[in-house]
Amino acid sequence: MIEFREVHKWFGDLHVLNDINLKVHHGERVVVCGPSGSGKSTLIRCINRLEQHERGEILVDGTAVSDSRQAMLDVRRDIGMVFQQFNLFPHMSVLENLKLGPIRALGVSQDDATSRARKYLERVKIPEQADKLPAQLSGGQQQRVAIARSLCMEPKVMLFDEPTSALDPEMISEVLDTMIELADEGMTMVCVTHEMGFAKRVADNVIFMDEGRIVESGAPAEFFDNPRNERTREFLEKIIAH
Amino acid sequence: MKNRLYCFLIVLPVCLVLAGCANSDKMGWYVINPMLKKGRINIEFLLSGVGWTIALTLACVTLAFIIGFAVSLAGISESRPVNWAYRIYVEIFRSIPPLVSILWVYYGLPVLMGADLNPFVSATIALSLYGSGFIAEILRGGVQSVARGQFEAADSIGLTRFDKLRYVVLPQAIRRSLPALGNQVVIMLKMSSLAAFIGVAEVVRRANELSVTEYRPLEIYTFLVLEYLVLVLVVSWGIRRLEKRLGADERHAGGGSTGSHGQTQ
Repeated sequence: MIEFREVHKWFGDLHVLNDINLKVHHGERVVVCGPSGSGKSTLIRCINRLEQHERGEILVDGTAVSDSRQAMLDVRRDIGMVFQQFNLFPHMSVLENLKLGPIRALGVSQDDATSRARKYLERVKIPEQADKLPAQLSGGQQQRVAIARSLCMEPKVMLFDEPTSALDPEMISEVLDTMIELADEGMTMVCVTHEMGFAKRVADNVIFMDEGRIVESGAPAEFFDNPRNERTREFLEKIIAH
Repeated sequence: MKNRLYCFLIVLPVCLVLAGCANSDKMGWYVINPMLKKGRINIEFLLSGVGWTIALTLACVTLAFIIGFAVSLAGISESRPVNWAYRIYVEIFRSIPPLVSILWVYYGLPVLMGADLNPFVSATIALSLYGSGFIAEILRGGVQSVARGQFEAADSIGLTRFDKLRYVVLPQAIRRSLPALGNQVVIMLKMSSLAAFIGVAEVVRRANELSVTEYRPLEIYTFLVLEYLVLVLVVSWGIRRLEKRLGADERHAGGGSTGSHGQTQ
């Protein structure tokens, strides 16, 4: 489904992605963790080309991620993305936020887009907020709208870039619950997150990154109970101690 | 704001009437005293310029917005050469003093074209080009002030570049630019006075003509000042209303574009 082949990227002198090789299979849930600056956000942002890799190859469903505009539009329409800061469109109602992609990018009719939007709002359990503006919602609600906005594109993969990091603690669980439900329905997911409880619960594969490299990857049981790498161990001790 | 405007509209004629009664060697308000026949004829003459001032301003503002908007798109293009063309355009038209560009278009351009331009058309061309540079810069600034996350969110749902601008970026950019754009409209209204130099019969031209025949510059130019005050107040009031209508949801939104809104830790 998604494949990284010897991918490298630099920000100036900083080798932010260093020889990344990774496969995400259909229906697989991958959690990416690591200290800040380790390149984990950059990694998933390369998948839908919000960042450009400089060497190597990234394949999404067989299509190479490249400069080609049309190819990128097609790739992006198959990939949903949820951001740390939600990035809802503040001048549009919740419903309009949800309908924009299907109407403009997928060519769905107004009526179909509306029923699609309502269906996914129902799915994230906030159908009553359809006509509000994003700023009138709580952070947790905004993030659930953002998830619904991505789902409206009926993507093959969902990318989550620290979806709970900007939330107040009491709102984290409502977003995680939504994500767990998605995972249970069989959605292919790549999540950058520090929520280790979530990782244990849904991940098929946990990846640990440090200084641009994937230093460890494995099933959560193996990863959490018996980390092989020194850096992984340190990191897990730090975050689990609290 | 409404109250202040009404206040002013009431105070203005009262002042004029009072002033009209106070004649001395220095002041001869009789020339614009609405109680006298002569005064009324003069006032009518002075006000006959208002239509031209408004027409010229409307023409310039409309054209400047259309050109400025088109030019600003070049400013936010991803292509380097197009950015350079944008830069050159803006720098050229911003650095020519508006009076110079009016004179150049009125006296210079016909030499190149081999046909005369009428004063109104010349002034419209010159001032709209001048204004377009500023408007383009204002709009470009507005686009740059839109959070990066908005562009990324639009990209991530697979919008084309055009749709991203049309539905996500420009609505937010234009709302944010409204105060600066309003300012530009006021500036262009005042700049229309320069058209007097090439004989457009707008308010300044009218005041000059009357002043020459009546030898009463103080009174006549005071009247002119008041004419501009009223025009500018009406324009600012209109702009504020527009801002209120378009900006209403944006103000609700607060930190909505970044989503922080108290959730940032």
